[in-house]
Amino acid sequence: MALFPAVSHGKENLQFSLSETVLKNGLKVILVEEHKAPVATVQVWYKVGSRNEVTGKTGLSHLMEHMMFKGTPKYGKGIFSRLVQKNGGNDNAFTAQDYTAYFENFSSDRIALSFDLESDRMGHLSIDPNEFQLERNVVKEERRMRTDDNPFDFLSEQLYAQAFIAHPYHSPIIGWMTDLDHLTRQDIFDHYKKYYLPNNAALVMVGDFNSKTILPEIQKYFEPVPAGPVPPPVQIEEPEQKGERRFIVKKEAQNPIVLIGFKAPNFKEADQYPLTVLGALISTGKSSRLYRHLVYEKKIALETGTDYNSLSADPAFFLFYGKPQAGKTVEALEAAILSEIDLIKTVPITEIELQKAKNQIETQFILSRDSNFFVAMQLGIAESVGAGVHYFDTYLDSIKKVSAEDIQRVARKYLSPDFKTTGVLLPPSNEKN
Amino acid sequence: MFNRSLGILFCFLFISLNPVWGAIPAKKIETANGITVLLVETHSLPMVQVDLLVRAGSILDSEPKAGLAYLTASLLEEGTKNRSSKQIADEWDALGTEFNASPGSDYVTFSSKLLKKDLEKGLTLFSDILINPQFPEEEVSREKTELLGHLDNEKDDPETIAAKAFDRAIFGKHPYHQPLEGDEETIKRITREDIVRFYQTAYNPRGAILAFVGDLTEEEAKTYAEKYFRLWNPKPQIHSKNPLPPKIDKKEIMVIDKDLTQTSIILGHTGIPRMNPDYYSLLVMNYILGGGGFSSRMMTNIRDNKGLVYGLFSHFDSRLETGSFEVTLQTKNSSANEAISEVLNEIRKMRNEPVSPVELQEAKDYLIGSFPLKMDTHAKLAGILIYQEFYGLGLDYFDKYAQRIKKVTAEEVQRVARQYLDPDRFVLVAIGKQSEAKIGVNQSISIQKEKTKQP
Repeated sequence: MALFPAVSHGKENLQFSLSETVLKNGLKVILVEEHKAPVATVQVWYKVGSRNEVTGKTGLSHLMEHMMFKGTPKYGKGIFSRLVQKNGGNDNAFTAQDYTAYFENFSSDRIALSFDLESDRMGHLSIDPNEFQLERNVVKEERRMRTDDNPFDFLSEQLYAQAFIAHPYHSPIIGWMTDLDHLTRQDIFDHYKKYYLPNNAALVMVGDFNSKTILPEIQKYFEPVPAGPVPPPVQIEEPEQKGERRFIVKKEAQNPIVLIGFKAPNFKEADQYPLTVLGALISTGKSSRLYRHLVYEKKIALETGTDYNSLSADPAFFLFYGKPQAGKTVEALEAAILSEIDLIKTVPITEIELQKAKNQIETQFILSRDSNFFVAMQLGIAESVGAGVHYFDTYLDSIKKVSAEDIQRVARKYLSPDFKTTGVLLPPSNEKN
Repeated sequence: MFNRSLGILFCFLFISLNPVWGAIPAKKIETANGITVLLVETHSLPMVQVDLLVRAGSILDSEPKAGLAYLTASLLEEGTKNRSSKQIADEWDALGTEFNASPGSDYVTFSSKLLKKDLEKGLTLFSDILINPQFPEEEVSREKTELLGHLDNEKDDPETIAAKAFDRAIFGKHPYHQPLEGDEETIKRITREDIVRFYQTAYNPRGAILAFVGDLTEEEAKTYAEKYFRLWNPKPQIHSKNPLPPKIDKKEIMVIDKDLTQTSIILGHTGIPRMNPDYYSLLVMNYILGGGGFSSRMMTNIRDNKGLVYGLFSHFDSRLETGSFEVTLQTKNSSANEAISEVLNEIRKMRNEPVSPVELQEAKDYLIGSFPLKMDTHAKLAGILIYQEFYGLGLDYFDKYAQRIKKVTAEEVQRVARQYLDPDRFVLVAIGKQSEAKIGVNQSISIQKEKTKQP
């Protein structure tokens, strides 16, 4: 099976083999052999993130992730990372809205250690009450560092809270500070029992190994972990937005910031492809419209760009951000960003611009194959949000088919004032802006 | 730039240890004008990573015009004899890739990731930028304004503010004390003529290092290096002579009051140059102390057992000339003093007691065993080739490295801890809400307010 379709670059064929197997307990195993270096990455993906949290219990998935390093009866506190490191490996984990993932990167000859460690903590985590209290404090420090003392992240958190009213994307992944104060050891234990199941997870492995001989090893370690009841689906749907939303955050910062977000389709809809090309056209590289017009020519923005990723379980977000240059107002910058959006809607883009954006996407797609970690991560995300690993088989073909008219159409349809949420961070000392 | 496309939280910041080198199957040649060319041939992907090191780092900056090296490197791609700034941007974007300048203190590197089919087009652009920059007046003034804007913006990042104050305090008159990018005053002083002069003296093929990693042969590497870089004229190399940083003879504490929920702290003093033979023993010692990520003593004590911090590292920044030793951490204002005294306790303990055989073995096993992960992408491999060549470490470096690490003993670890760590004479910079942090209160140390302008 091809992960990346054959492309027209050079004589080399970029196809490689990917195998998918479901173990008896429901664990999905995704293997990609890549023999260019004697290393491999092992990643365990659980289909749980802040999306699965409820009011008053936000931050639970992320705190759970931290607790996964706190030991099992077999390997006590602090042993996990020491074992990985003394074998020359690295480990870490991350939590997002839709998933939580754990990984180890090793020399190929040490990789089975991952299976031992990950299957052990999938089945037998100890959640010590004292360790829970300590780790909650660590996470509160993390929140202070990332969000409370960071103007951009602070505004971004508020933007999601305003744009999503009912859906759990409303709340930050790290959780509201008061929720962190009130989470209990029992909450973590229940969360673990409910979601940390082989039948709610996928193991993704990319690197230098033999799929035929590695699969029995994986079975040996993971199949003894029992399956559990299928976790309940998230049934909350965000009600349709009927009109623009706007808010201001006052926070000490050097400069104001503006964020403009539009609800956008996820991987389930074909319009994701023109939106992806639109994103590249407007913000990738120094010849992109936002950089060239706003930073280079008008000198109105110090920084500006977009963010759109269709691989999300529920509605995605097409986000524009900007910081004004010294002496320029945030209103003028916002107006300039909006006029770039209008330009896309009203004036057809040129073939040259379209081709350039497609080249950027295609080239980056091919170059990203260089990193096992990144390939495994993309596969893990696609699997976790429900797109499946075959999402990538047709990805470049779908990008290539995007026309100038498609781009104009999706810009008109989604980048509409009715679906827009605008947040402005204003430093109190800067209110003249 | 904001990079939020993944929107995820890592359990911990990625560990950035000192790089480790391997017995890499690299080939080495030299061009007629003196560029050292290194090649690692791989055919797993139709791509080539191109990196070029030029000895034009901020170590050559003079104090009144700090930021000159940085500005020169950033302006290279803003117009050449053959192309305007816009044309250059259009051409890179049409290839779907980009040109990155990474200005540093000892050197500047330029890099690009290219598809094999675009290699010659990419090298045409790359070499034009390197050899024929024009530094148009309006681009110079635009770039200066942008840089001033970014410096202003950086004041929202407490760690950066602390790091700059720390460097200013420990490096004395050595150019390492200046921020790479300069500051508001020095940048305003820099003229187009300064930039042109700096380029003409410092950008020299002699001493430059070009690394190719990827889908090309030795013959192609040789041909392309000559074809594209032959018009770059060699000149005499510059050797800068710099004063040694002063000895720090007391506890020097700088407090920067800012309305933050956390206090960001840097504590440390000068370190060693990269070529100091004690480098390897210090690597092992520092891994155990605070460099070894989740497994270090400081992390175990201050994060895992006390819950005081999310991130905490100790690090020897070993450069061409004397570098630094620093411990960085962030903790809520009210626990700043407790975290600082724990850091000092760990430093004292490292000096006073030998490390255990288990700690020693685990550190060595990691440092030696993790080397394949340090070169598992084209970009990492090119970075290693460049570094190895710059410090004259040799293509067989990993073998020598592994031997040296293996030889380190517990006594040796204690000796270097005593020689290079000092819990009584150091600089401490703390930025946070001082009414809550009360840095130094109840400690017999004098506090001085940061001298430079701060927000």
